Amino acid sequence: MSKTQFARGARFAAVVGLCLVAAACAQTRPELNGTNSSVAAGSGQDFVVNVGDRVFFLNNQSSLSAAARGVLDKQARWLEHYKNYSITIEGHADERGTRQYNIALGARRASAVREYLVAKGIDPSRIKTISYGKERPVAVCNAASCWSQNRRAVTVLNGQ
Amino acid sequence: MSFVMGLNPKRTTGIKQLWRRACGLVAAVVAVAAISQPAYALIELDITQGNVEPMPIAISPFAGSGVQEDMAGQISEVVAADLQRSGLFRPIDNAAHIQQGMNVGTMPRFGDWRTIGSQALVTGSIAQQPNGQIRAEFRLWDVFAGQQLIGQQFYTSPENWRRLAHIISDAVYQRLTGEKGYFDTRVVFIDESGPKDARRKRLAIMDQDGANVRYLTRGDDLVLTPRFSPVSQEVTYMSYVGGNPQVYLFNIETGQREVLGNFPGMTFAPRFSPDGQKVIMSLQQGSNANLYLMDLRTRRTTRLTNTAAIDTSPSFSPDGRRVVFESDRGGSQQLYVMNANGSGAERISFGPGQYSTPVWSPRGDLIAFTKVHQGRFMIGVIRPDGKGERILTEGYHNEGPAWSPNGRVLTFFRDTMGEQGGPQVWTVDLTGYNEQVVQTPNFASDPAWSPLLD
Repeated sequence: MSKTQFARGARFAAVVGLCLVAAACAQTRPELNGTNSSVAAGSGQDFVVNVGDRVFFLNNQSSLSAAARGVLDKQARWLEHYKNYSITIEGHADERGTRQYNIALGARRASAVREYLVAKGIDPSRIKTISYGKERPVAVCNAASCWSQNRRAVTVLNGQ
Repeated sequence: MSFVMGLNPKRTTGIKQLWRRACGLVAAVVAVAAISQPAYALIELDITQGNVEPMPIAISPFAGSGVQEDMAGQISEVVAADLQRSGLFRPIDNAAHIQQGMNVGTMPRFGDWRTIGSQALVTGSIAQQPNGQIRAEFRLWDVFAGQQLIGQQFYTSPENWRRLAHIISDAVYQRLTGEKGYFDTRVVFIDESGPKDARRKRLAIMDQDGANVRYLTRGDDLVLTPRFSPVSQEVTYMSYVGGNPQVYLFNIETGQREVLGNFPGMTFAPRFSPDGQKVIMSLQQGSNANLYLMDLRTRRTTRLTNTAAIDTSPSFSPDGRRVVFESDRGGSQQLYVMNANGSGAERISFGPGQYSTPVWSPRGDLIAFTKVHQGRFMIGVIRPDGKGERILTEGYHNEGPAWSPNGRVLTFFRDTMGEQGGPQVWTVDLTGYNEQVVQTPNFASDPAWSPLLD
C-alpha cells in the first residue's frame, strides 16, 4: 500500500468513525435507489456505495451527462441530509492530452460539478475544488475503457 | 569564445562557485601556445542544410599524469560522447587511430589522421597540480590544413571533470559549426517513480547528457512543469504543497522555495520572461484559465487575458515583446501570439488537430509545440507568423518540447502505453533527425533546459 493510499485509508476510517456518531442522531436517511443496507447510513461508505462519489465525462468535455446529473442529484440529497460534511471535488483528465491543458480541464470539470451542487442547494462554503489533471489515473490500461474512467470528478467527504 | 578569456590562472574554483557561474572555470582559460601558426581553417561543418552528414573527428585519448590517468581518459570519452550525441560529428573509434599515445604537446602526424578519414583531431592532457586542482589543456586540429584551430588551458578541482569535458566539447562544437554549443548545461525535469496510479513525482536536475542527477524535492507533494530561469540558478514550477496547487520559485543553490503571489485560485504553467525578472502563468478561476504576469521585484501582478476559455502554456519571444500561448477560445486547443501587454492576440495554428505547449525558440525564428491529431502525439515547429509548420517526431505520445539554449536541439518527453509504460526524456535535432533518449534512473518528464552556464 502506497503512502497516498494509506493516507486515503486513514482519512476514510476517520470519516467513517465520525459518521457513526452522526448516524446515531440521524433517524431517517434520504431516499436512495438500490440502497445497500449493510452499510451504515450517513457513513463515507454509504456515500460511495449508495450514492456514488464520481461522475464521468466525454473526451475533452466538461458538460454533465444525464447519468452524471443523476449521480449529482443523489449527492445533493445526501449532503442536504448529512450537513456535517464539507466536500472536495477532485477534477481529473485522462492521459491522452497535454499536461497543462489537462490541469485546467480537470478544474473545469470540478467547477461544473460544484456549480451543479450549488444549484441544487448545497452551501458553496462547504465545497472546495482541486484539479489533478492527468496525474492521478485510477485505471492504467491502454484502452478507451480505462481512459473514460480517468475522465472524472470525484466528490471526497472531508468531515467537518 | 576567444582563445584568451582572462588571465586568472590557479584560481580556486569550488563546485558551488561553478554552479553559480562558469566564469570561475572559464576565467582560468589561457591560450595554449600554438605549435603551428594559426591560419584560415579549411574545415567547417555546414549545419544549415536539412540532413547533415556527420563530420568524422578523432578524439585522441587524453594523457594523464599520475593519479589523473583514469580521469584523462574519461574526459576525452565524455567529449566524444557529447559530439556524437549532437549528430553533427562522428567520432572515430580509438582502436583505429594510427598515432597513439599523444599528449597535448605531441605534434600530430596529419597523414596518419587523414588515412583514417578524420577531418579534425582533438588532443589533450590532464595534470595534477600541487594545490589539488587539475590543469587541463587541449588542442583542436584541422587535419587537412595541418593547423591548430584552438588551444586552451583550464584549472579546476577534480570533481568538476565532467563540466571540463563539456566546456571542451562546446569549444570544439562552436569552432567547427560556428554556433554556440549546449553541452555545459543542465536539464531540470520531473522524476517519476512508482506504479502508474500512484506516481511519486520529484523535481530533479541533471547534466544535459543525463549524468549527475540530483533530486530537489522529496516527492511528498506533486510537482509539475519546471522551467529554468534564463539568467540565474532558479526554477519556477507548480507544486501541490498543502493541497493547494500554486506556482513556486525554487533556488537550486540554497534550496529555498517560495510561493509566487497570492492568487484567488490555482496557478500553473509558469515560465520566466527572457530577462528573468518576471514570471508568466495561468490562473484558474471557475471554468476559465487566464494569463497573468508577475514582476519578481515589485511582486505586482498584471492580468493579460480575459476570456471564458482555457488560456495556458505562455512563452515569451526572446525579445520579450510577444507571448505565444495555447487557448481553446475558438473551440479547440490552438496557438495564439499576442503582445506582451496582452493586446492583439492572433491565432497562428490552423492545421488539423489540437496544438498545445508552445515554446518560443531562443533564436526567435520558430515556435515548438505539441500537436495531437487522430490519437497521435507529435512535436513540431512553426514560424511565429503561422507559416512553415514542420513535424519533427510523432508517435503514441510525445509532449512538452523545450529548446537547447542555442536553439538547435529540442528536448521533450515520450510516454509509452499501458500499466508498465512511462515517460522518458528525449532529444531531437531541429531538422527532425537524430532522436536520442536521455538515460535517467526512473521515468522522467517535463524536461527544461538551463541556459549555457557561462
